[in-house]
Amino acid sequence: MESKGRFGKYGGQFVPETLMNAVGELEEAYDKYKNDPEFNRELKDLLENYAGRPSLLYEAKKMSRDLGGAKIYLKREDLNHTGSHKINNVLGQVLLAKKMGKTRVIAETGAGQHGVATATAAALMDMECEVFMGEEDTKRQALNVYRMKLLGAKVHPVTTGTMTLKDAVNETMREWAGRMEDTLYVLGSVMGPHPFPTIVRDFQKIIGREIKEQLMEREGRLPDAVIACVGGGSNSMGAFYEFIPDKEVRLIGCEAAGLGINTEKHAATIARGTGGIFHGMKSLFCQNQDGQIAPVYSISAGLDYPGIGPEHAMLAAEGRAQYVPVTDEEAVQAFEYLSKMEGIIPAVESAHAVAYAMKLAPTMNKEQIIVVNISGRGDKDVAAIARYRGVQIYE
Amino acid sequence: MNRIKEAFENKKAFIPFITGGDPSLEVTKKLLPALEEAGADLIEVGIPFSDPIAEGPVIQEADVRALSAGCTTDKLFDAISEVQEQIHIPLVFMTYINAVYTYGKERFMKRCVECGISGVIVPDMPFEEKHELAEVCRQYGLELVSLIAPTSHDRICRIAKEAEGFLYCVSSLGVTGVRSEITTNVAEMIERVREVTEIPCAVGFGISTPKQAREMAEVADGAIVGSAIVKIIAAYGEECVPHVTKYVREMKAAVALAEQGH
Repeated sequence: MESKGRFGKYGGQFVPETLMNAVGELEEAYDKYKNDPEFNRELKDLLENYAGRPSLLYEAKKMSRDLGGAKIYLKREDLNHTGSHKINNVLGQVLLAKKMGKTRVIAETGAGQHGVATATAAALMDMECEVFMGEEDTKRQALNVYRMKLLGAKVHPVTTGTMTLKDAVNETMREWAGRMEDTLYVLGSVMGPHPFPTIVRDFQKIIGREIKEQLMEREGRLPDAVIACVGGGSNSMGAFYEFIPDKEVRLIGCEAAGLGINTEKHAATIARGTGGIFHGMKSLFCQNQDGQIAPVYSISAGLDYPGIGPEHAMLAAEGRAQYVPVTDEEAVQAFEYLSKMEGIIPAVESAHAVAYAMKLAPTMNKEQIIVVNISGRGDKDVAAIARYRGVQIYE
Repeated sequence: MNRIKEAFENKKAFIPFITGGDPSLEVTKKLLPALEEAGADLIEVGIPFSDPIAEGPVIQEADVRALSAGCTTDKLFDAISEVQEQIHIPLVFMTYINAVYTYGKERFMKRCVECGISGVIVPDMPFEEKHELAEVCRQYGLELVSLIAPTSHDRICRIAKEAEGFLYCVSSLGVTGVRSEITTNVAEMIERVREVTEIPCAVGFGISTPKQAREMAEVADGAIVGSAIVKIIAAYGEECVPHVTKYVREMKAAVALAEQGH
């Protein structure tokens, strides 16, 4: 029997039997609605009139001049409603849940961006919403916890394991296995069991499609490189997907190297991970030789995940995309740099991509173009960055 | 070679579950023969995992205890091999697929055979993915135990047709853990199995009282009890063996009553 949802040797559907009908039902619904004109009309309306799409493609002239190399464009996903790319996926999935007759959505969240986006879409579409968030992250991102509550969601702090994103995923899967009749798990990244990696990619690929159209209009050509940060990998997959057939476009994913990939404090799955099967998928994971999942680390709660979506694992194996580690320090410098240079405060996750662009741009010439995906805005990170710099402020 | 079916021959089976290495491998080595002595017909040994998504809090905590005490896959194999001669009933591993995959499928199965393990249950490897391990299990003569759940419906026939050893019938939605009441119509699940195969069916998830064990054994061929036992281990730690065996005797007696009912 061929297993479903494979990306090369990666992917699959490794969930307990109890959940197999639930993922099957989701797959069936998605296959039915993805080409349904009415569904797509409703989604388009939500994306344009609620989320604010298309997001801007902004030419960062000062930054380009300052770095003295390639021309840099920023894809402004931070300007979306709720402040990140996560809204693209949740509007799609919550609308799908509604069509499926579900009345309740559950979600995991790391930084809180996906939780906030899910709570937002649930409020808009009259769905009950419960979000699972590692207790450690509820402290790092206390504002987002309150935001979710304001939006009417119930937030469950997860106190098992490392109390971060992977534990939140575990707990959401457990919750779903206990209640699936009226509930859809709205997964936040291009990971997990089939059909999630495909569904999330499809709802996020609008990022790359817009980049392509907008850049064609402005420059009449494709970019030389597209750069995005990678945790589970949804904003990067969204930015990359449309360019995969365009072999001349370099696709660069920036992983969280934390205190450095030669320390134990990182979340750089492609650089340091090994093959495994976890969270429903065959992919690469930070783990020990017994397959115990490692407690990963990054200053960014959104990149603090020990695995990576299976399609990224495939792109890495094929060499179609390149993945580079970026440390906390580099990300914080980029966070500060972009704020001062362009007046744009990026999410600390997105700052990982900015940091690599700062290294790459000076090695390229003025005719070349880099697009950096600013996946989210940095307001949520200001207090944490201040503390990183020794300034004690609390939200 | 394979002894799993023997566990169900002419009797209703009582199947205890323990997490390997909880609270220490020394306790595991004492528990295995003691469980047999107390009436277990087959024992499920869990390989501790950092992120056991099908487990409720009780077994999650057991996994944490085992891993904190230094249990590794190799050390668990070694511990079992040290006591294997004292054990005459079949042992099966309950393990998440990542433990097998990272250990190396071939190497894992080879060691299972060396330690006298008869089969493996992999809760996060559904029917559609079982090709990952089916071939290597066959090669080493290990039985790959399949699960059916209250949500399986039409999948039951497909799964049952290819089932090996015994069929693990998950009694309730959600994760492992003690439940005051089992609301699923387990008899109906088993009827569907019986349409295609005579393989023994054992019911697990939620069973903790002798009454529940008897009721489940009446409609099935055996009862599996995990969390209730793991709770006793958690409460008594290194001194848990007599407390566990006392409980297992009561549960086995309840299951045996179901035999007489038939």
